[in-house]
Formats: sequence, structure tokens, C-alpha cells
Amino acid sequence: MSLLSVQDLRTYFHTRNGIYRAVDGVSFDLDAGETLGIVGESGSGKSVTCYSLMGLIPSPPGRIESGKALFDGVDLLNCTPKEARSIRGKRISMIFQDPMTSLNPYMRISDQLIEPLMIHEDITKADALKRALEMLDAVGINDASSRIHYYPHEFSGGMRQRVMIAMALITKPELLIADEPTTALDVTVQAQILELIQKMQQEIGMGVIFITHDLGVVSGLCDRVQVMYGGRIVETADTRSLFYHPKHPYTRALQKSIPSMQPKGTELYTIEGLPPDVSKPQAGCSFAPRCEFANEGCTSDRKPELQDINETHRQSCLRVQSGEL
Amino acid sequence: MPETILELQDLKTHFPIYKGVLLKREIGKVKAVDGVNLKVEQGEVLGLVGESGCGKSTLARTVMQLVHTTAGNVELEGRNLTHSSPAEMLEIRRDLQMIFQDPYASLNPRSTVFATLAEPLLVHKVCTQKEVHARVGELMETVGLAPRFMQKYPHEFSGGQRQRIAIARALALRPKVVLADEPVSALDVSIQAQILNLLAELVKKMGLSLIFIAHDLSVVKHISDRVAVMYLGKIVELGTAEQVIENPIHPYTKALVSAIPTANPDDERNRKRIMLPGDPPSPINPPAGCAFHPRCPYATDECKATVPALETFAEREVSCLRKADI
Ligand SMILES: Nc1ncnc2c1ncn2[C@@H]1O[C@H](COP(=O)(O)OP(=O)(O)OP(=O)(O)O)[C@@H](O)[C@H]1O
Ligand SMILES: Nc1ncnc2c1ncn2[C@@H]1O[C@H](COP(=O)(O)OP(=O)(O)OP(=O)(O)O)[C@@H](O)[C@H]1O
Ligand code: SF4
Ligand SMILES: [Mg+2]
Ligand SMILES: [Mg+2]
Repeated sequence: MSLLSVQDLRTYFHTRNGIYRAVDGVSFDLDAGETLGIVGESGSGKSVTCYSLMGLIPSPPGRIESGKALFDGVDLLNCTPKEARSIRGKRISMIFQDPMTSLNPYMRISDQLIEPLMIHEDITKADALKRALEMLDAVGINDASSRIHYYPHEFSGGMRQRVMIAMALITKPELLIADEPTTALDVTVQAQILELIQKMQQEIGMGVIFITHDLGVVSGLCDRVQVMYGGRIVETADTRSLFYHPKHPYTRALQKSIPSMQPKGTELYTIEGLPPDVSKPQAGCSFAPRCEFANEGCTSDRKPELQDINETHRQSCLRVQSGEL
Repeated sequence: MPETILELQDLKTHFPIYKGVLLKREIGKVKAVDGVNLKVEQGEVLGLVGESGCGKSTLARTVMQLVHTTAGNVELEGRNLTHSSPAEMLEIRRDLQMIFQDPYASLNPRSTVFATLAEPLLVHKVCTQKEVHARVGELMETVGLAPRFMQKYPHEFSGGQRQRIAIARALALRPKVVLADEPVSALDVSIQAQILNLLAELVKKMGLSLIFIAHDLSVVKHISDRVAVMYLGKIVELGTAEQVIENPIHPYTKALVSAIPTANPDDERNRKRIMLPGDPPSPINPPAGCAFHPRCPYATDECKATVPALETFAEREVSCLRKADI
């Protein structure tokens, strides 16, 4: 049985400018000990997918319209507040994209770090502080014993991000949702953090959902990758297939945009056009207006669905499905 | 000879550390920036990289006069910023802009995108009330945001979209120098490419100068003419992007370059990184001698005692005592 099973998740924002379909029919499974990468267009619904699982969608304007998210038999989207509290923050934790907005600026790092332990575990403050110090050490903050009493603004961007990571790992969760956890870290510290996550994965069988724009990190860390565009998953595959045999035109275009693959000083490849307006229902494939392979069939009424290419690889391009690409 | 537009002279920014609640007493200093000399030419892109916490953002914030300068000078086109009055600084901000590392914290949550972008245009009288709507729309399009989002608030955007608002705001006044603190790390590779192309075009066409802080060395190499590597408040290597990233000499730069992830699963799983032993050092009690010596695979006894100077070597500047042997 999988650790987490998300089925047909739809999260919409009802704003004065219309209904914004931020996540529009997302399904995936994650096994214990597995690392799933989520990549894709900025604004494609990666964070909103995870916020939905964590019960953090601001409502109004947000609303989970449909879907299930089964974690150890409990549907995270429809469970009692009591069940939710016993799971979130303890068995599932999340590292947020904006460290400054998720750390409380008026609270010392020490108090924020021990908070989840004090809530979820029967532990003395002294023991909690000891665990907090060990965790700060593990994420590579030097002088942890004096710096633990700092306020967030006294840390550099990367140090704040590591505090967030320490906070998420301190309860030894079964599922870690990491939303761009290493973007503010230099590559050597990043490598250290990724190793720490992998180590905890081996020790406690933690499942990891890892959102990032860094395709290099994905290629080294993830077992599987799924690519999002316009609120939907357009391709999902084991990491090697996705990098060596990408099928969906959006995935291919994304790969072509990586700077290290292009000569210095030249204009970088970009995907023409603007992201889709998910407040207006669009016929056919949402990537069609920007796709270099699009033809009439792509904007017909047929809504693209994920289809198997083989056991581990699924994608939703209509032309790939009909064998034309 | 291209002209120097921005010059930092022996710049230092130290943060005092206090102990005690009622009777505060200073028990030490975080030497976040500790003696940086740097010249940026007109139309040049200088990449600034280095370990998390080494002082990159503080350096940028010191140039912007957002934190108190402990010592040294910042000169923009010959004007000394460290002695400027607030009124002069306001005028200077037109030429000198910063894109902040944390876009959410730097945007006013109660202002729509339109208000955020229109404000600098109107304050500095770049355009009239009538034109402002069109100008804001243009600005949004240059950073890949649809103008239909104009009346939205920051919290209604994704992380990458917010970052583009911050970039648009910094570019609104067509400044001469932009300090960009991790401007593209929150963006997907295609939008990242779009912003990099935009910045490169502004550099080429308008002679914009750019200090580009980033952790992604392949991005830094792509956009930068020269690259400066910082470690613990000091520059340890400075040279052309190719020299520094393809053929690094300082042991810290070597470790950094060896850890660049590549988008190739097989290579990525088989490669050898230079692992740095030990923790990043403390900027409160920096190690004696070469600050990198406790983690350096090449360190000798001399490195523990002698502070290396930044010296010209192999067509670049590098501060390592063993530069000729390694
Ligand atoms: N509170 C909100 N109100 C209205 N729209 C919202 C709100 N929060 C998010 N959205 C919209 O939902 C869409 C998905 O946002 P999300 O944060 O999931 O993107 P993302 O894939 O994580 O992007 P990024 O890579 O830039 O972080 C965005 O277009 C955003 O504008
Ligand atoms: N206001 C402050 N008070 C005390 N210390 C500070 C303050 N701001 C920064 N520091 C310290 O100065 C050092 C340099 O911080 P800075 O933010 O410049 O690093 P950085 O190189 O930008 O790192 P990152 O890559 O993680 O963003 C850090 O040790 C940080 O803790
Ligand atoms: S001076 Fe010595 S310790 Fe410092 S980088 Fe060079 S070899 Fe390593
Ligand atoms: Mg996001
Ligand atoms: Mg910084």
C-alpha cells in the first residue's frame, strides 16, 4: 500500500476576477522511502497541491472542490480536526518556499524549533532544546548553541531556510513535503542537506515530495518525477526516462531551457508566450497556445488525460498519444 | 577603456552581538563583510557567489546603504554613498536598484501589482498619470507576467510570479546599476531563461551594470563577465567567468564547482564531489590564518598562521598561500 495516495485533487480560488483553477485534477501515489520530484511552470499549482494536503488553503477564496488524499488510511481532505492535528506537523511535515513568511519574526529560533516537539511529544523543554541543537548542527549551522537564541532577521537567507528544514525534520516525519527547500543554499550546503534527507529516508523510511526548479537536483535525488503545467500533471516517469526520453512537448521545452546546455553569451531558449489563464476554461491541451507541435486537434474538445507509455511512464500530449510525435 | 561605475573600497560591515536583556553589553561582532575591494564597469555583469552566510546579501545591502557601513567607501560614478544624506540617497536610488532575495518580504502586501509598479514611475515623474497604466502593462510583459494580473495582491501569486513583480519594480526606473540578490532562483528554467535574456539585453543595449548574486553556478557562468567568490566576508577568487568556474584555483572554489548538480541522472549518481569536512566557520570567531584552512584539503601549518592576501595569479586574483602548488 502506498504511503500517500492523492486522487483527483481540485483546488480552486474564487476571486473577484473569476474562478482560478490552480489545481485541476491531480492524482499521484507515493511509497514509503520514495522520493517524488515535482517540477513545472511557475504558477502551475505545485505549492497549492501541497498546501491542500497540509490543510493550508486560505478559505475564502480557496476551496478544495474534489479529491481524496489518503495517508495511512485517513483522508487528509475530509478528516476530523483531531485526526488532522495528530498527523500534520508530526507525521507529515512541510518545508515552505518562503522561509521569512513561515518563520515568526517575533519569536526566537529556539522557541520555534521546539514548538512541534512540545506539542506532539511528551518531552521536557531541556530535552527538546537538546534535540533542536542537534538538528541545527545537522543542517550545518555553526555556533548553534549561541545562534539558536537569535531572531530570524539575524540569519542569512540560507540559514533561515536551514532552520525551516530543521523544524520540519525534528519530529522525524513519515512524509516530508519540501517546497523548494534548497533554493537559497550554495551548492555545497545544498549537497549536505540532500544527504541529510537521504539519510533520514534510509533510517526511518520517510517518503519525500520534493518541489524544485533545479533539474540538476531532481536528477540526483528523485526516484520519480512529475511535471506540472496549468494545474495538471502533464508527464510522470521514473527519473531516467524523464531526462533521457521526455515525451510531452512542455517537458522537452523545459529541458531545452537549461542554461548549462547552451553556449555562453547566446540568447537562452525560452518557451514563447504567457502561462495559461486558468480562470478561463480552455478546450483541449492547455499548452497548445505555446506548443511548437500544436495542430488543430490539440484545441478540439478532447481534454488530454495521462496515458501509459509503459509501466513507469505516463504523459498527456494528444499527439504523442496518437503516435504522431 | 570602459568606465568604472561602482567602486567598493575596503568595505566592512560588522554586526555587534549583544548579551543580556537589560544591561546590554557587546560580546563580539559578526564580520559579515570584512574588507572587500571591487570595481564594476559600466555594462559589466559581475557574478557574486559563495557559501550561504558568507556576506553576499549584506554586501549588497551595504552598497544600497540599507545597513550601517562599519568602514570603507562605496562610490557610484564618483559620488560617495557612505556620506550621502537621505535626500541624496533618494535621488541616487534612481540609478541604483536592488532586487531582494526574499520577494515576499520586500513587497507591500496591501498594494496591488499596479500600485507597486506605478509608484516609482510617478514619484520620479517618469511618465504621466495617463500613461502609467500602459507603462505598468509593458513592464509586466517584459518580465513575463500577464497584464491581466494588474489588480492582484502579492499573496495571490506564486513564489515565482512574486519574484517577477520585484524584478519589474527594480527595472521600472531604468537604473544604471542593479544589485540582484538571487533574482532567478525561485523561477522555473524557462522563465529563468527569459529573465536572464532580458537582463543580458538591458546590459547590452542600455549599458546596465549588474551585480548578480546566485547559487546556481551554471546561471552565473552564463550571464557574468567576471565572477567573485566570497568566503567568510572576503573575496577569495576573482576573474573571468570561464577562468573561475572552468578552471578554479582557490580550494573553496574548486569544492563549489565540483558540487554543481547536472541535469543528467547517470552522471549525477556516479560523480565525485569534493566534500568539505567540518562545518562552515563562524563569522564571530573566524579561524586564524586562512579562514578556509580548517576545511581545506590542501592546508599546511603555514595556512593556520598566515592570512593570505588577494594576489594576481594565473590571470585572476586569488587568496591562497598554496596557489602555485595545487
Ligand atoms: N490565495 C490565492 N488567491 C488567488 N490565487 C492564488 C492564491 N494562491 C495561489 N494562487 C494562484 O494559484 C496558482 C498556483 O500557485 P502555486 O503557488 O501553486 O504555483 P507554483 O507551481 O508553486 O509556482 P512557483 O514555482 O512559482 O512557486 C498561481 O497562478 C497563483 O496565482
Ligand atoms: N541584522 C543582522 N544582525 C546580525 N547578524 C546579521 C544580520 N544580518 C546578517 N547577519 C549575519 O551576517 C552574515 C552574512 O549574512 P548574509 O545575509 O549577508 O549572507 P549571504 O551570503 O547573503 O547568505 P545566503 O546565501 O544564505 O543568503 C551571517 O552570518 C548572518 O547571520
Ligand atoms: S591558503 Fe591554505 S588553507 Fe587556505 S585555501 Fe589555500 S591551501 Fe587551503
Ligand atoms: Mg510554489
Ligand atoms: Mg543572501
